[in-house]
Amino acid sequence: MIRVQNLVKKFADFTAVNDISFDVPKGEIFAFLGPNGAGKTTTIKMLTTLLPPTSGRLELNGLDPTRQANGVRQQFGIVFQDPSLDGDLTAAENLELHGVLYHVPRKVRHERAEMLLKLFELWDRKDTLVKKFSGGMKRRLEIARGFLHTPKILFLDEPTLGLDPQSRNQLWTHVRRLNETEQVTVFLTTHYMEEADRVAHRIAVIDHGKIVAIGTSQELRQRTNTESLEDAFLSLTGTTIRDETANSSDQLRQMVQMWRR
Amino acid sequence: MHAIFILWLRELKKYTRSRAQIVASLGQPLLYLLVLGFGLGPVFQQAGNGSYLQFVAPGVIGMTVLFTSVFSGIALLFDRQFGFLKETLVAPVPRIRIMVGRTLGGATVAILQGTLIFVVCMIAGFRPVNLASIPLGFVFMALIAVVFAALGTAIGSGLQDMQGFQLIMNFLVLPIFFLSGALYPLHNLPKALAAVTRIDPLSYGVDGLRGALTGRLMVFSTTTDLLALLLIALGLLLLGAWRFSKIEI
Repeated sequence: MIRVQNLVKKFADFTAVNDISFDVPKGEIFAFLGPNGAGKTTTIKMLTTLLPPTSGRLELNGLDPTRQANGVRQQFGIVFQDPSLDGDLTAAENLELHGVLYHVPRKVRHERAEMLLKLFELWDRKDTLVKKFSGGMKRRLEIARGFLHTPKILFLDEPTLGLDPQSRNQLWTHVRRLNETEQVTVFLTTHYMEEADRVAHRIAVIDHGKIVAIGTSQELRQRTNTESLEDAFLSLTGTTIRDETANSSDQLRQMVQMWRR
Repeated sequence: MHAIFILWLRELKKYTRSRAQIVASLGQPLLYLLVLGFGLGPVFQQAGNGSYLQFVAPGVIGMTVLFTSVFSGIALLFDRQFGFLKETLVAPVPRIRIMVGRTLGGATVAILQGTLIFVVCMIAGFRPVNLASIPLGFVFMALIAVVFAALGTAIGSGLQDMQGFQLIMNFLVLPIFFLSGALYPLHNLPKALAAVTRIDPLSYGVDGLRGALTGRLMVFSTTTDLLALLLIALGLLLLGAWRFSKIEI
């Protein structure tokens, strides 16, 4: 379903993704693990047509994101790592806009929006402007929106960041159900090893833009001779802490927050 | 079509929800209208050009449409920063439709804002000479709105931060306004200045608007204005669509 061959992405003097290759078959839940700045999000951006690769081949359901962008966009849904809601619209309007963009028929759109808003406990706030939501509520709304249509491939980029345990549980239950009943292929990244351990069929560990290991959780533990996935991960990627530099978006967000006070 | 409509609607909703901004955006046009309108009035009258208020009102309407539509395009920058742009860029909708929806939405908002200023001008004492040509005035408002919403989109597609935005305001939008004949007649200007005013799209917009509303002091003919604006609109829409399709996050 997803095929990546010798993928490279360079930004000026920095190589974010350095010659990675992997395959995700249809119906698999595939976890992409790595420290901050390892190249996870960059890979997702290239797969989802937001960024052209420097070199290498990409394929989603047989289509090439660089040359058949529109076709590829029909195949997947995505929950982004950072916010992507419109704060000046209400929760219901954000879902409605998403539903229209993804060609979900009106009736289905309304039914599913109601179901998802109730599932993520946002139903009584559906007519509130999203900018008045707390961080957790926004995150829940992003997740709910990601499930409004049923894609062939679902990308989840650190979906549980900032979610409470209840919503995390709802999220993974839902992901599994989609995967089992509709054969949705899932590509996820997370920093929570126990989540990857629980839901993913296969796991790839990426560090400094390179895939350092790939296999089931059990295989990774055996290979590194460790007890838990967390230990396996640390043994593969080391214990130094990585920093990402703040980009202009973060700076602007800080500035706007300052003004709002 | 649904995608274009929902994105158009989004721009309108954002506009009607920002009441404080609507009021704030009346400030600048009012200054030009009242301070310049009454301040320069006597000099203008003595120069034999009639009422300055009558002259400047179409210019101030044009300015409002210009600023509002350029801003709407540059609002792309905010959507990029706050992440919403990504949501539309990965949607299974050709980017040209996303761009058209946004641009038409921005243009519509600019026409509404221009209409508001038109009413304010009427209250201040401006009188269109011929009621029958007011619709033509709205045609010109719409053309100005589309031209500059498309220009805003073309620029906004490449902007990464607020510094770039300031640069655009000071070195592009303000010159477009000051060189357009919104504030002074474009007759008998020094050659160099006259040449610059002729490559300013807003010159044709304001000229057409002024012709439709007051019938006086036109530099070009209505046909020239219409044709020039249509051509520029087409060119900028193509440029905007192309630049929008190249956006990387």
